[in-house]
Amino acid sequence: MAEKTYSTNELQLVVFKLGKEEYGVSILQVQEIKRITDITRVPHTPDYIKGVMNLRGSVLPVIDLKKRLNLSALEYSDDTRIIIVKVNEITVGIIVDAVSEVLTINQESIEPPQTVAGGGITHYLSGVGKLDDRLLILLNLETIIGYSQETGK
Amino acid sequence: MDINQYMGMFLEESREHLQTLNRCVLDLEHDPSNLQLLDEIFRSAHTIKGMSATMGFTTIAELTHEMENILDLLRKSRLIANEDILNTLFKCIDTLEQLVEKVASNSDSEIDIKVLLNKITALAKGETAVSPPAAVPQGKPVSASTITFSDTEVNVLQAAQNQGMRAYEIQVSLRAGCLLKSARAYMVMNALEELGEVIKSIPATEELEKENFDHSFRVVAVTGAEPEKLEQTLLAISEIDKVIVLPCSLPVKVPITAVPSAAVKPAATEKAEEKDKQPTVNPAVPVEKKLKGGQSVRVDIDKLDTLLNLVGELVINKTRLEQIGLTHRLVDLVETIEQMDRVTTDLQAVVMKVRMVPVGQVFNRFPRMVRDLSRDLNKEVNLIIQGEETELDRTVIDEIGDPLVHLLRNAIDHGIESPQERQAKGKTAIGEIRLIARHEGNNVIIVVEDDGKGINPEIIKQKAVQKGLITQSEAEKMDAAEAVRLVFMAGFSTSDTVTDVSGRGVGMDAVKTKIESLGGMVDVETKINEGSKFKIRLPLTLAIIQALLVKVCEEIYAIPLGSIDSTINIKYEDIKTIQSQEVILLRGQIIPIVRLSNMLNVPEASEQAQEDLFVVIVHMGDQRAGIIVDTLIGQQEIVIKSLGKLLAGIKVIAGATILGNGQVALILDVGSLMQ
Repeated sequence: MAEKTYSTNELQLVVFKLGKEEYGVSILQVQEIKRITDITRVPHTPDYIKGVMNLRGSVLPVIDLKKRLNLSALEYSDDTRIIIVKVNEITVGIIVDAVSEVLTINQESIEPPQTVAGGGITHYLSGVGKLDDRLLILLNLETIIGYSQETGK
Repeated sequence: MDINQYMGMFLEESREHLQTLNRCVLDLEHDPSNLQLLDEIFRSAHTIKGMSATMGFTTIAELTHEMENILDLLRKSRLIANEDILNTLFKCIDTLEQLVEKVASNSDSEIDIKVLLNKITALAKGETAVSPPAAVPQGKPVSASTITFSDTEVNVLQAAQNQGMRAYEIQVSLRAGCLLKSARAYMVMNALEELGEVIKSIPATEELEKENFDHSFRVVAVTGAEPEKLEQTLLAISEIDKVIVLPCSLPVKVPITAVPSAAVKPAATEKAEEKDKQPTVNPAVPVEKKLKGGQSVRVDIDKLDTLLNLVGELVINKTRLEQIGLTHRLVDLVETIEQMDRVTTDLQAVVMKVRMVPVGQVFNRFPRMVRDLSRDLNKEVNLIIQGEETELDRTVIDEIGDPLVHLLRNAIDHGIESPQERQAKGKTAIGEIRLIARHEGNNVIIVVEDDGKGINPEIIKQKAVQKGLITQSEAEKMDAAEAVRLVFMAGFSTSDTVTDVSGRGVGMDAVKTKIESLGGMVDVETKINEGSKFKIRLPLTLAIIQALLVKVCEEIYAIPLGSIDSTINIKYEDIKTIQSQEVILLRGQIIPIVRLSNMLNVPEASEQAQEDLFVVIVHMGDQRAGIIVDTLIGQQEIVIKSLGKLLAGIKVIAGATILGNGQVALILDVGSLMQ
């Protein structure tokens, strides 16, 4: 990933919550963070695609991240946010329970995903970051969005 | 200098000038002695030469340079524009087009211009053969006596002389290859202004600014400075080759002015010798064509789209503010918003208009095409273009060219008869093709009409049966209009011989498909021996369509109005089933029914048996279907947005649009709904 080439060897993350767990995505992939708005359901799409939203005149797909990661759903609240990310020229919104902070983490304190998680979802993760006594699950947005340049889908 | 950054501009401007060249040379063909046309041709060629030389495309520069030589001879009436010369000019333009496209596609292939260059030189040398006896020595090198002054200029000159200043005529030559001619000219003017006063320049200042001069120009200035001083000052400016300062003798009597078309001056003071000068001045009179240039800016279409989006967002935010004003009863706010409403509506309209381009952009290339084609086919055709100022959205303009080429080719090949045939039928030998564009409501109509032999429905039927497109019994049932429409069927061609122009039977079918993909329609009317008329109806824009908004449960969908026949109200028991497919009977026709809530897997779609049902009857080609919806909201103009790569290719959904309240509504793809 591009951010690993940084000379400072540090990574800035946008940290958000899904249930009780804390997740992070590179700040370079985040465009903005919005409150939950009207989302229009699109038929004949996978269930994790919540629908499409209007971002200043452009129509963006919105992914329900918890459905995507097979986590139990939670009602949307005042804290629910949509993080607008851009990966491989595709801009999408992802719904998270709450956005908590932006923090900097050292590359060395990131463990590869295989060491911490088994099962089916490892390929959605790019690693786990340790910061004091907190654990941040770092997401691989490319696989989450599910669109890769090679396959075209 | 990084040339690449100017590449786009170079290509676009070159293409534009080539269009102008094509148009003007065509006009010149009909009016060989029109000096104005020659001037325009010369200017365009000259600009191309300058641009290509700057960009380092020497072949283009070389060719245009040679063209200029011929044009110059034509301009000076030393050569007469005969067919040979015109054809060579056309060939030059074609070659230039190839060269420019070669630059555009970055290909290395060589285009040989030697033959053409030789031809031009030969033509230029042949001037003595055709030149009229050198009775008009107007092309002589410049001399002070050819400058004429207007009354005011004479007054200024006289006043200056009374103050002890002297008038000079200064001839300035720029170095060959000077790139910034206008800048140099400007510096010359500035320097002169410092020393005295500039009375006039030849060519005029505006022309100098536009670089509409070769490498030298003349200035008349009054100054107290010595001529040597003038010369030195001017030579100090870089890229100035030569400066000649001549004392300018002030005309004693007021001479006839050279002000274009500025009415007739009192003829009393006219001297006999000046009468001779008149004809040399006259050709400069009408300036009507000048207006065409206009002021414009080139803008990337993407930027306009972004602008349109932002304006749309503004409108949505305005609606929200309105809501706030109403709920909190803020009278001041509501009033302000009302004003804002007007501004945003105007803004939206203006942005939409900015995207519009006159169809002339496409039409421009047709006269040349028609000329060449009619020559190849030994037919005489007069192309009449009307309404080229009619505006269409940029996206439509880009797509409409090919279908029109098809129609025009067909008109020339199949429509217009040979001159002998026409005369035998009592028509004029020269055929006429009309290409007309006009607005009609929210549509633009483009008509291609010829006065040729028309289409015989009986022959069409025969051919169609022969090719197995329809059966004999079908053919017998058809009326003339239906039969003629068969030409739009795939695989149809009336021409017995396949020419390289038409006859392969792909033409009309392709035209129809293309036009329909643009959301338009094409139809044909014809009368045997009187001609045919193809009428294309196009939406003003592809980005905005009329749509019917419908509601299914809580979800809102848009159905493009173009595919809607009607909306009807039926009772639940009107729905019958044929092999478990639900259908209704409408005016004797069986129409299959689509339940939108099932088709779109709408959640919480209650299976409550409603008594009254709304059905939207849609069509795709000849097929029809009825779509059952819960509520009809109404007709509205919507802006089509794409769903993006991630959601591309979803069945049943053609795109999305943003409603007035900021919500996204999906646009139904009627075609796939019916499958």
